[in-house]
Amino acid sequence: MDASTAIPVSRLIDPGGLGDLYDALAGEGYRVIGPAVQDGAIVLSELASAEELPFGWGVRLEPGGYRLRRRDDTAAFGHSAGPQSWKRFLHPPRERLWSATRTADGFELSDHADDEPQRYAFLGVRPCDLRAIAVQDRVLAYPGSRYAERRAQLFIIAVNCTEPGETCFCASMDTGPGVRDPGYDLALTELVDDGGHRFLVEVGSQQGLDILWQVRSKRSDDDTMQQARSAVEAAAGRMGRQMQADGLRDLMADSHQAARWDDVAARCLSCGNCTMACPTCFCTTMEDTTDLTGDHAERWEHWDSCFDLDFSYLAGGSVRSSPKSRYRQWLTHKLGTWHDQFGESGCVGCGRCIVWCPTGIDLTEEVKALRTERAQRSGPGERS
Amino acid sequence: MTATRERAVTAATSTHGPMWPARYVVVARQAETKDTVTLTLRPVESPIEPPRPGQFTMLYAYGVGEVPISVSGFARGQELVQTIRAIGAVTRALCAAAPGDMIGVRGPFGTQWRLSLAEDGDLLVVAGGIGLAPLRPALLAALAERTRYRRVVLLVGARSPDDLLFTHELETWRRRGASVRVTVDRAGVDWKGDVGLVTRFIDGAVTDPARTGALVCGPEIMMRICAHTLVSRGVAAESILVSLERNMRCGAALCGHCQLGPRLLCRDGPVVSYADAAPLAAKKEL
Repeated sequence: MDASTAIPVSRLIDPGGLGDLYDALAGEGYRVIGPAVQDGAIVLSELASAEELPFGWGVRLEPGGYRLRRRDDTAAFGHSAGPQSWKRFLHPPRERLWSATRTADGFELSDHADDEPQRYAFLGVRPCDLRAIAVQDRVLAYPGSRYAERRAQLFIIAVNCTEPGETCFCASMDTGPGVRDPGYDLALTELVDDGGHRFLVEVGSQQGLDILWQVRSKRSDDDTMQQARSAVEAAAGRMGRQMQADGLRDLMADSHQAARWDDVAARCLSCGNCTMACPTCFCTTMEDTTDLTGDHAERWEHWDSCFDLDFSYLAGGSVRSSPKSRYRQWLTHKLGTWHDQFGESGCVGCGRCIVWCPTGIDLTEEVKALRTERAQRSGPGERS
Repeated sequence: MTATRERAVTAATSTHGPMWPARYVVVARQAETKDTVTLTLRPVESPIEPPRPGQFTMLYAYGVGEVPISVSGFARGQELVQTIRAIGAVTRALCAAAPGDMIGVRGPFGTQWRLSLAEDGDLLVVAGGIGLAPLRPALLAALAERTRYRRVVLLVGARSPDDLLFTHELETWRRRGASVRVTVDRAGVDWKGDVGLVTRFIDGAVTDPARTGALVCGPEIMMRICAHTLVSRGVAAESILVSLERNMRCGAALCGHCQLGPRLLCRDGPVVSYADAAPLAAKKEL
C-alpha cells in the first residue's frame, strides 16, 4: 500500500462482492484467471466463478516442500505463491510464431494475426508477482509482440499480502507485501476478523473504477483502512526468508571463482524446475516442425531453461557443460547481470524456486554463503 | 524510389516484428571449399534492412530450421551474400540450396566492425578459417575507400590450402591496395605459401601500434592469442575488435541463449572490443 493509489477511492466489499467482481469482468469479456485448488496445490486457472477461489485453504511451504492445509478461517487469499506464475498466460509455455505452406516456388508464411489475443483478467496478483510482470515487460513487450498485445488488454486485481509464506522474502527485495508498483487496476486487502470477512478495495486505474462501479460495495471507514494497513505492515516483519539485496550485483560479479558453486552443484539436479517456477525467467527456444507430407511447416517458441545442457550449445560442444556453471549462470543472471541487461533485479522474492527445487536449494542461503566466502577471501586473515 | 522502399521495409518490420522471416530466393551459389558455400540471395518482397559489416542474419531452411550466419558481402541492390559451412542439419540444407530455392531471412542483427578506429592509420584484418566470411564486408568497405587508411593488411589462416575461402578474390584485394598474407597449418606438396598459425605474422604486421586498428575473427582461442599478441605489441585493447560466438536463437535479445555475462551477444555483440571481451573470455564456462 506504499504505492499511491492512482484514483483516491477505497471501498469495502464482502465475499459476495468477489462474485460481483467476477461477473463484471466476465460481462466485459475477460477470461478471469485466479487461484484455485487443483491436484493438491493452489494453481492459477480460468475460473468459472468466484466460488472456485480457495476459500479456507492455506499452504505450508519449505525448501523442496509444498502442502495444502485447511485454514481456521474462510480467507480466499490466505496462501502464498503456488507452483505457477502469471507468465504462464502472458508468456505461454508454447506458442506458434508462424506457419508456412510449401508452394511451387518455395513457401508462403502465415502469421495467424487473426487470432485475437486473449483478454485476461488476473484475480489475485501478489505484489511480488505484480513486479514480476513488470520485469518481464522490460524483456518481452516490444511493440507488436503477442506478449505486448496480451499485456495491453490485461486487467489486474492485485491482492496485498497479510500472511507471507515460510519461503517468502518480498520485503527484502522491496516488492511487497503491499503493492509497491503501479500497473494494477484494483488492489484488495483481505480482512477476516471480528468485523467479518471483507476486502478493502483500492483503485489503480479508470478501468478499475469502471469495474468497481458494477460491484456491490460500501464506503470504507478509517478503522478498517487502518486495520488493513497494519496487517500489511505486520506482514513485512513476518517474512519466512530474508536476503540482503544491496550489493548483490557486485557480489555475483566477484564470485565467479567461489568454492560455493561446487557445493551447490553437488545438490543441484540441473532439472530446471526453478526456471519454470520463477515468475521472471523468460528464456525460450525455437522449434521448427513439419508434418509428414512436408507441405506444412511451423515455428514454435517454447520455454527453455539455462539448466539444459543444450542451452549454450555451439558447434563443438556446450559452453556451460558442468552443472556448476549452469547453476552459476542462473543465479548470477537473476541477481547480478539482470541489472546490466535490464536495469533491475530479476528476483522479486516470491520464494518459488526454493519450494519447487526437488533438493531444496535455497537461494537466500546460497547468497549468504557467497557473502561469507567473499568476506573470508578479502578478510584480514587471508594469506596469498 | 529509395524513400518508398524504406517505407515498405519499415512497414514490414513493424507489422511482424523481429521473429518474422523475409523470403529470399537463391540467385547464385558458389562452392568455396568442400564444406563451405556462398549464397547470393534476392528478396521476394520487402528486403531486410541493409546489413552493416559484422552483422548476422538468421537463415531458415524450409522445414529444417534456422541458424545464425554472418553476412559475407553485399551484391547489387538489395541482394545479400552469405557464406555457410555445413556442420549440422540446417547448415547442410542451406549449403545444398540451389539457385531458385527459397529461404527465410531475419535480421540483420548485432553490432558492426567499426572501421573508424583505423582511419588515417593501419587497418589490420586477421581471419581464421570461416572467420574470413564476416570480415569480408569490412575489408571490401575499407578497400572501397582505400585512401582513408595508410595500410590495409589482411592475414588469413586456414587449416589447409583446401580450407581457404575466397581464394579467387585474393589477387583482386591485393590489386586494390591490401597487403595479403595467407598461411595454413598443414600444407600439401604443391603449397608454396606460408605454413604456421596466423598469430605468428601479427608481430611483423604491426608497424605503428598507436595508429593500428585490428579486426579479428576466428576460433575463440585464435582470437585470444591474436589479441594478446596485438596488445603486447602496443595496440590498445580498445582498438582491437573481435567477433564472439554464442548460441543464437532469436537475434532480438528475447530468448536468453547468447548471454555472455552481462551481455546478450545478439544485441551487444557479436563484434565487441577486446577491452570488453578480455575480462569475460577469462572466465571459464561463463
